[in-house]
Amino acid sequence: MGSATEYNRRDLFKRAAAITVLAAGGTSLLAACAGGTGSSDSKSSAPAAGGDSKNPFGVKAGDPLDVVIFKGGYGDDYAKSFEDMYKKTYTGAAISHLGTQEISGKLQPRFNAGNPPDVIDDSGAQQMKIDVLVGANQLTDLTVLLDAPYLDDPTKKIRDVLLPGTIEQGTVSGKMYSLNYVYTVFGLWYSAKLFKDKGWTVPKTWDEFITLCGTIKAAGIAPFAHQGKYPYYANVAIFDLIAKQGGLDLVKKIDACDPTAFDDPAVLTSVTAFYKIMEGDFLLPGTNGMTHTESQTAWCQGKAAFIPSGSWLENEMLAATPADFDMAFLPMPSLPGDKLPAAAVRAGAGEPFIVPAKAKNKNGGLEFLRMMLTKEGSGKFAAAANSLTVLKDGIGADVVLKPGTKSSATAVSAAGTNTFNYTYPDLQSAFNEEVQNATNELMNKRIDPKAWVARVKAATSKKV
Amino acid sequence: MRHRKYPFIFGFLVVPVVLYIALVIWPYLQTFGYSLTDWSGASPEMNFVGLDNYVKLFGDSVFLDALQHNLLLLIVLPLVTILLALFFAFMLNVGGKGGTGGVQGVRGSAFYKVVFFFPQVLSVAILSVLFQGVYRTDQGGLLNGVLVELGIEDPNQPWQWLSDPNLGLWCVMGVLIWSGVGFYLVLFSAAMQSIPKDIYEAALLDGAKRGTTFFRITLPLLWETIQTAWVYLAIAAMDAFALVSTMTPGAYYGGGPDHHSEIMATLLMRNFVTFGKAGYACAMGVVIFFITLVLSVVSLRVTRREKIEF
Repeated sequence: MGSATEYNRRDLFKRAAAITVLAAGGTSLLAACAGGTGSSDSKSSAPAAGGDSKNPFGVKAGDPLDVVIFKGGYGDDYAKSFEDMYKKTYTGAAISHLGTQEISGKLQPRFNAGNPPDVIDDSGAQQMKIDVLVGANQLTDLTVLLDAPYLDDPTKKIRDVLLPGTIEQGTVSGKMYSLNYVYTVFGLWYSAKLFKDKGWTVPKTWDEFITLCGTIKAAGIAPFAHQGKYPYYANVAIFDLIAKQGGLDLVKKIDACDPTAFDDPAVLTSVTAFYKIMEGDFLLPGTNGMTHTESQTAWCQGKAAFIPSGSWLENEMLAATPADFDMAFLPMPSLPGDKLPAAAVRAGAGEPFIVPAKAKNKNGGLEFLRMMLTKEGSGKFAAAANSLTVLKDGIGADVVLKPGTKSSATAVSAAGTNTFNYTYPDLQSAFNEEVQNATNELMNKRIDPKAWVARVKAATSKKV
Repeated sequence: MRHRKYPFIFGFLVVPVVLYIALVIWPYLQTFGYSLTDWSGASPEMNFVGLDNYVKLFGDSVFLDALQHNLLLLIVLPLVTILLALFFAFMLNVGGKGGTGGVQGVRGSAFYKVVFFFPQVLSVAILSVLFQGVYRTDQGGLLNGVLVELGIEDPNQPWQWLSDPNLGLWCVMGVLIWSGVGFYLVLFSAAMQSIPKDIYEAALLDGAKRGTTFFRITLPLLWETIQTAWVYLAIAAMDAFALVSTMTPGAYYGGGPDHHSEIMATLLMRNFVTFGKAGYACAMGVVIFFITLVLSVVSLRVTRREKIEF
């Protein structure tokens, strides 16, 4: 019977409700506290306070620091080394560390009670949505961090040492609320070894890609796999094509949920081109219903040639990847008349770190972020998580990269300034959900490209 | 001593009643309160918006779909589970060979009872993982693997099961029934065993067949147990959250493809946690509460019969 399920849901709901009871009861008290710290913050957060580059936020050495880290593809060991760095400077600080996948389960009650941690890696499937938190006035404006001196070279400000796009990725209505720490590259992935063995050339244009798909299929391998249960990944491919065809202005319009964006012919052209995968029957059988783990494993086993994903793929699939797989990255192939060059890639900051507005040691949280943005911090992250950070030249020559990461780093330098990125998956949750549903229908050939465009256009009105 | 009775009873009751009010009644009342606000679920702040959330709710086509899916579950789940459980329980208890007077179960019934009850022991999380393996959409899935081996389906066009808009909800229902039948089988068995055997013997002497004994004796004497089972299953059907949210596709808390397996609980959680519309989600919670309450009362009243004693 289902009493166990009943219990779980109701229990969860009750607990949330019970905690809010406490929260509501203490509102006046909390408001008083919040008001108190708020005023002192505005004083200390002005970086002009003596120009103290060592301690621009005025962190008190003895204040405890409360850190919550999403323990996903990157683990949480890297955060422990940041905490050690923090302790070296602020020796008296007791640091509490929580590594978890249940971000919203653990944190929603704390936000509701007005007692959030000081710094959070807010990521993963249970991420608390940034747009929701900003809407509820729960986040600290990180402009003070951007204007603070860079620890490795105090003549520079933090904003000068971040890779382009980092600030925009965390910006909601003109203010930066999240520091997206990991530099992620998106596109198609393949096994360089498989391609070498079969004598296939890596395609530059979409026509070449579709032709190659025919060749691959004839060789008895499925040309294209995707993480069907989560249409987020298929959207990477579709929206990359759209960005390259329509240019950066179109990307901005889409992120702003502007319905006229979908009247741009670039959208229909791109989706129609993408639809050739379904028309040619190039999908791995069953891929439309598979989880990311299932489909990526099948791809690692050589059952499919291409898969769309971000650069966390290599670290995520370490255990399933054969030693000689030689993972390689390919920017989305170009369409005729593209506004962006063939080398352009979707690349940008991911893995949002936030400092709650009502954190007790807000200054410590900001300082923690500043310490992450040092050569030492960035190098430690790269070594522990096989990924790049948003710090410019953040990795010394001593850090050895795996083939996939190296390949994506090469693609990024080839792209130069021609990178683009979408913010809608993080900042337009309701629109994003609807686009995912539409794409799932498209992948199953239940709707055609025209119907997809119409549906997605209608979804721009969905706001949370 | 009589005048001491009430303080004595009161002394025992006050703690549980206070706990019940604090832990059950009060949170429900709070939920009613929140459903009248625009609370985000991520902040202690909220504003009163009256019945806005309820008006929106009944104009929300996804919610109305979800409601329909819950109602479908509400009809199919109790009906199939109870019929199967009754059939098996009857076979295990009084379905034995005719020569024995028809008052014992089929051979090995004790063993079957354990086997049937086994799914009940598994946690929902295990069930979900287990059946995701069964329903996996490529040939690696148990069902698709077997069907391909038997030549029933084309390996290049495997069936989509949970990802098929027409099958998804039925697949979840299959799991719910599979996991539920065992419990009700044991429940009905216990009830059947309390029926005196001489009633069956008398019926057999009068020349009653197995079907007649079932409908004339077993079913009426089991009625109260079935009634209880019905209410429990109806409550389970109003929920089904854990399985739907973990097994079906969809961006947040399942319900896919394209809301085809959406139920009220998944929509509630998506609004509560992901979209930060906690007030709106609370309104859904209130609706679910009332539907469940009305259903329980109605099914207990409508199916009320005169108690048969033996």
